[in-house]
Amino acid sequence: MSAFSSLVRTDIALYFANRRAVLINLAAPILIAAFVGFIFGPSSGKTSRIPVAVTDLDASPLSQRVVAELCTDEALAVAEMADAQAQDQMRNGKLSVTIVIPKDFGRRAPSALFGAGEKPELLLRYDPSQSSASPVMRGLLAQPVSQVVGREMFSASSTSLSAWRERATASGVPPQVRRDLGTLLDAAERLQRQADAASAPQSEPVSALGAEPGKNSGGPQLGLPYTSREEPSVARAETHYNSFAHSFAGMGVQFVLFMGLDWGIALLALRRLGLWKRLRAAPLSKPVLLGSRLVSCAAVAFFVLSFVLGASMVIFGVRVEGSLIGLIAVMLSFSLFTAAFGLLIAALGQTPEATRGLAIVVTLGMVMVGGAWVPAFIFPQWLQTAIAPTLVLLAFAAVVGLLALAKFDWEESS
Amino acid sequence: MLLGHDLEKSYGDRKAVAGFTLHVRPGEILGLLGPNGAGKSTTVAMLAGLVAPDTGRVAWTHQDQAVDSQANLQAYKSRIGLVPQDLALYEQLSAQSNLELFGALYGLDADRARRKASELLECVGLSDRARDRASTFSGGMKRRLHIASALVHDPDVLVLAEPTAGVDPQSRNAIFDHLEELRSAGKALIYTTHYMGEVERLADRIVIVDHGVAVAQGTLSELLRSVPARGTLELECETLVDASCADGLPGVSAARAAGTSLSVTVADYGETTARLLSQLAQSGIRVRQLRAGRISLEDVFLGLTGRQLRD
Repeated sequence: MSAFSSLVRTDIALYFANRRAVLINLAAPILIAAFVGFIFGPSSGKTSRIPVAVTDLDASPLSQRVVAELCTDEALAVAEMADAQAQDQMRNGKLSVTIVIPKDFGRRAPSALFGAGEKPELLLRYDPSQSSASPVMRGLLAQPVSQVVGREMFSASSTSLSAWRERATASGVPPQVRRDLGTLLDAAERLQRQADAASAPQSEPVSALGAEPGKNSGGPQLGLPYTSREEPSVARAETHYNSFAHSFAGMGVQFVLFMGLDWGIALLALRRLGLWKRLRAAPLSKPVLLGSRLVSCAAVAFFVLSFVLGASMVIFGVRVEGSLIGLIAVMLSFSLFTAAFGLLIAALGQTPEATRGLAIVVTLGMVMVGGAWVPAFIFPQWLQTAIAPTLVLLAFAAVVGLLALAKFDWEESS
Repeated sequence: MLLGHDLEKSYGDRKAVAGFTLHVRPGEILGLLGPNGAGKSTTVAMLAGLVAPDTGRVAWTHQDQAVDSQANLQAYKSRIGLVPQDLALYEQLSAQSNLELFGALYGLDADRARRKASELLECVGLSDRARDRASTFSGGMKRRLHIASALVHDPDVLVLAEPTAGVDPQSRNAIFDHLEELRSAGKALIYTTHYMGEVERLADRIVIVDHGVAVAQGTLSELLRSVPARGTLELECETLVDASCADGLPGVSAARAAGTSLSVTVADYGETTARLLSQLAQSGIRVRQLRAGRISLEDVFLGLTGRQLRD
């Protein structure tokens, strides 16, 4: 045991002897994690807006309200312009999407709400290099258009309701349908009267387009049957999402994994030196010689992980919301796994040159699957089940370690 | 006494060692010579317990104990000190820490390792640099520390591979003195090198190995006597000279000429010298200087292993 502990102590001492390497080892994950956390976190300020041009060929009060509603959306940077100019700007890469509101939109849209008449067609043009903007825009367009058209349809001043009542009382309409439509239109008028009564005392100016966009006038209104609210998924209801928690954990894991591989590669390089012969000439068994390497690497990995996560707590206010013991257990098991994994990759690679290529492929795959790049919850359930628990990591580390010990060649064969 | 008996080792189709036997006694330095690829390194690796022989055995003859299991391999290794050709030091550790670490690897407790390290640093003249990192040492200092690291556990046999590679004459002499002290203390040393002069100075017995077998072994004088030629004549002439002037003369086994210098290997000095001078005079070549020298170990070595490159 004395030889084992001496080897472990020496490995750790050698690691800390190269202060520049230690500094880089600790600083690099912190800097990158801080950057990633800042970029994806709420502290980065407003998210960038999608540049959109709107061409209103209808120029009706209804279409103008739709444009005005779009302008209030914080996800969009809307500019109104002619279609030709919009297309020109898109070709120059200044726009992601253009929307063309067709003529007769204001006349046809309210009828289309009840499925009557031909629906007006909104034209969405998008930059093929930013194709993801198109479905986003489609979604963003749904709410303001439905809201404005619905408001128009059921407003007290609307001519659409009286037009519908005329159609409902026409002689050709079956009595049952006439009754149902009459009930619906009565209810709609009653709601609008309540809404108008509720908004009447307001002294503040409303926009020329009717109710101030984005504000509820106070009374019941017809509109979308739901509202949406966005909020991040956090551990507890009273906590706020801290993007640094994810970036620091991810980067810490990634750097530690690479560090483990570095130790494995260093062992292969050592095998080419006189020092390796000298160590092998000592009365030490293979488990002692390789096991000490494994333990020292795991100790350093645990130190690096602790330092990186500690920095995230001190500098960026990351807090452990779950079990601290659980976190330490995960860190310990991951450190052991890292060390064993480094040894195994070295045993499989056999030479430093071959091991580097193998290490990059395997590590990047593991890091991705482990959720260091993107949250693991987007993966299939079976994959999440396979990668998450501490016990699986521990068991995997043990198997990997044993494989490494069995596979490692004392002498370089090539 | 350590015995390597009928050792054989192959790597694929290549037979590195082919039935090689050698032994070394306490208080003896055994010089192991051979051209590159002759099988020295593999032999050393087998003697150090790093490589298992395919056939043959390594054993302590006085205990009749062969190294044939993992258990007695570890016991065997604890009695061997290996000084590999490449420096085997932790450069970032101090001299003292290096020695203490190697002591720990051989089972010495911390106190004993510390005491032994201090003693050895004193012996190799590095006690004043004990706390300095090995990386700050000169080549000679590193070599001395390298040797000391193989002695911390007080081995019975020390196996040294090219221990003076790249060191200055002062350091080399210091190393020689230390090795001679070890011999006086009863240690057995196996010394492999390409420097014939080192073996001539240090070795009590010499083994010349080639193609995986011992082609000659004995003391220096035995090896020198084993070749027909007994000495050399070095002549400096006043004019250009050709080796053909000496070739073919009775008693001359070889002649080499370079400009006005002529080197002749002779069986005896007396009659052959007279004959050679007479021959040169007849050829109109006047001799300005004549030196007689004895045949060297290098002559024996080249005579046995040839002059062809072995890279």
